[in-house]
Amino acid sequence: MPVTEYLLLSAFLFCTGIYGVLARRNGVLVLMSVELMLNAVNINLVAFSARLNDVAGQVFALFVIAIAAAEVGVGLAIVLLIYRNRVGVNLDEIDLMKG
Amino acid sequence: MFAEKAWLIPLLPALSFFVILFFGKKMPKGGAESGIASVGASFVLAVFVAADWIKNAKIVDDHLVWWRNGKTAITIGQHVDGLTAMMFLVVTFVSLMVHIYSTGYMHGDVRFTYFFAALSLFTAAMLFMVMADNLLQLMIGWELVGLCSFMLIGHWFEEKNNSSAALKAFFTTKFGDIGLMLGTITLFFAAGQTFHIETINRLALNHEISHGLVLAGALLLFLGVMGKSAQFPLHVWLPDAMAGPTPVSALIHAATMVVAGVYLVARVYGVFWSGFSIAHGGLNWMALIAGITMIIAAGLAFVQDDIKRVLAYSTVSQLGYMVAALSVGAWTAGVFHLFTHAAFKALLFLGSGSVIHAVHSNNMSEMGGLKKYMPTTYWTFIIGTLALAGIFPLAGFWSKDEILLGAMKNHYPYIFVLGLIGAFMTAAYMGRCVHLTFHGEYRGHGHPHESPRSMTVPLVLLAIPSVFIGLINAPGIEKFAHWVRFEVPGVEGFEIPEHKFNAGLALFSFAVAGAGLLVSTMVFYWKNAPAKGAWKRVPVFRALNTFLVEKYYLDHLFVGGVVGSIKGPIARAVYWTNQNIIDGVVNAVGVGAKLVGRFTYDVIDQKGVDGIVNGIGVSASETGGVLRLVQSGRVQQYALMLFAAVGLLGLALVVFN
Repeated sequence: MPVTEYLLLSAFLFCTGIYGVLARRNGVLVLMSVELMLNAVNINLVAFSARLNDVAGQVFALFVIAIAAAEVGVGLAIVLLIYRNRVGVNLDEIDLMKG
Repeated sequence: MFAEKAWLIPLLPALSFFVILFFGKKMPKGGAESGIASVGASFVLAVFVAADWIKNAKIVDDHLVWWRNGKTAITIGQHVDGLTAMMFLVVTFVSLMVHIYSTGYMHGDVRFTYFFAALSLFTAAMLFMVMADNLLQLMIGWELVGLCSFMLIGHWFEEKNNSSAALKAFFTTKFGDIGLMLGTITLFFAAGQTFHIETINRLALNHEISHGLVLAGALLLFLGVMGKSAQFPLHVWLPDAMAGPTPVSALIHAATMVVAGVYLVARVYGVFWSGFSIAHGGLNWMALIAGITMIIAAGLAFVQDDIKRVLAYSTVSQLGYMVAALSVGAWTAGVFHLFTHAAFKALLFLGSGSVIHAVHSNNMSEMGGLKKYMPTTYWTFIIGTLALAGIFPLAGFWSKDEILLGAMKNHYPYIFVLGLIGAFMTAAYMGRCVHLTFHGEYRGHGHPHESPRSMTVPLVLLAIPSVFIGLINAPGIEKFAHWVRFEVPGVEGFEIPEHKFNAGLALFSFAVAGAGLLVSTMVFYWKNAPAKGAWKRVPVFRALNTFLVEKYYLDHLFVGGVVGSIKGPIARAVYWTNQNIIDGVVNAVGVGAKLVGRFTYDVIDQKGVDGIVNGIGVSASETGGVLRLVQSGRVQQYALMLFAAVGLLGLALVVFN
């Protein structure tokens, strides 16, 4: 089974994700972009799992999904709190940790 | 049978720490009773362990493995021999005295409970370190001791001075600790991946580790010792550590913290012995540092007004003696001096605390004449002073004499000479301290009074060993050298030289110490004419004062006895000699010592050493200033750096593969 197409799709999704993380100013969209990157990795894992006939890749993908769910849960909670306190989720304005 | 249970000794104070931490505030005495009970129980156990050792003389060395990685086992263990048993006794006894004393001294303090919790942890950490059979455990205990001393020095952290003193102590010793860590790592690999101290000692003594590696290990470990035991030039933290409550100073200076360094040298002596080639005599790095420390610190003690600082510099100087003894191969003498010093230095510190408690000031310029207000403190302080100065037959005399003997017989003449000069200076500055504090007229405010019984009883209990413990290694008895000795099973052709007591040398060092006390007495006497009467009333000093007294006897003889034609010229000549020559010599010695002390304090200590320490701080701060520009606080900028770095690494991988 050829994997090239899957890899191309995954690379495209990953790059989209990176662009989103770096360029979007809205916190929610940045979180979504992170999800996109994680899922690009999942596609890679599953594709190679099928190619190499090794179930380990799929197991890892499941782990990634579970962790992604947890991550987005925490992330959205943070975004919600920031919105409540500062009325806005513009990442450029959140620089309280400035040294 | 008790030696196998030695692990209980550090465990009890450690448990007490948690008890005080969680329940201390609800206890009727604010947690003090838990600390006293646990340390007291540890002391009783330590006595049994020591008795067991004396009876059976069987080294206990066992451990538990708590983590294993390949063939490397990380263990927690106990190694009980004479040295361990002695340290257990010293630490628990002094700590017990300090605990009892603190109930009086810290009465009504805002953080009374917290203080006792830290005191318990401090004791536990030191005991844990002493018990260690491997370098890793020793290092853990060592760092815990450092942490606790930081907490206790900064006990009154509301004042900026105190908190910065605590930080200074922590950072300076931490600088030395880098050496300890690197040394431990070096020895770990040199000895074939083991932390076990006995094994390391054996391999080092049997020359199964190359000399270069042993030397590197010894130099690095000694850096740790210099930090912890306040050897020149890392001694700067110790006088500042006086910012802590006085009982803590006593504990730090007598039984824990600073003696940890000396203990490390004594414990890992095989490495130092072959690393520095101690058996060959001549010059070695450790002896050099120790010699400088003895003299420089003693000089500084002359120009201090704060009574605790005098004692602090005295401790630095005495630590120099201990390290010097170990560096010249006089192992027993060094350890013995640690043992005796613990008793009389704790006594002196608690005594000074009692004085400070009474006059509410650390400055000797606001004391004076306290003898009649606080007799118990006075007499115990005198005992401590004489013991420290090395006056026969008190504790310090025997141990200091052994150090000098070892230095002479083992071909370290410069340590011998420096030791004699140091002994003279020690006696002189302690004499000055006693005079300024207890004799003459009271110069402070208010009405000083004797301290409560909780403070005077520990003084008396510490005065007893200060007088007598030196005798256990006196000629004819010599039990200490028999009980506490450095032995490593399975080593051929290694023996630490033991020397017979030399009466001539002992007399000489006694005379030197006596001369020191005499000079300080004379300087004080000439400056404070009204104190003349007080001097004659104190019998101990009258004996030491023979020279002075005899001069006066002559004066009276001339004035009262030989009346007549010879009266005028001879009396005048004697008076002239007295006023111009003898006074001149006395004053010149005093002024000279003061100038030397002032110079070392102002130029070497304040500018040179402090400059280096401050320079390190400033450079760290400036590096931080540059780096903070990168810290913009924007997540996306961080992410950009992250991705860029990954990209660059990926590129590098492609290019270089």
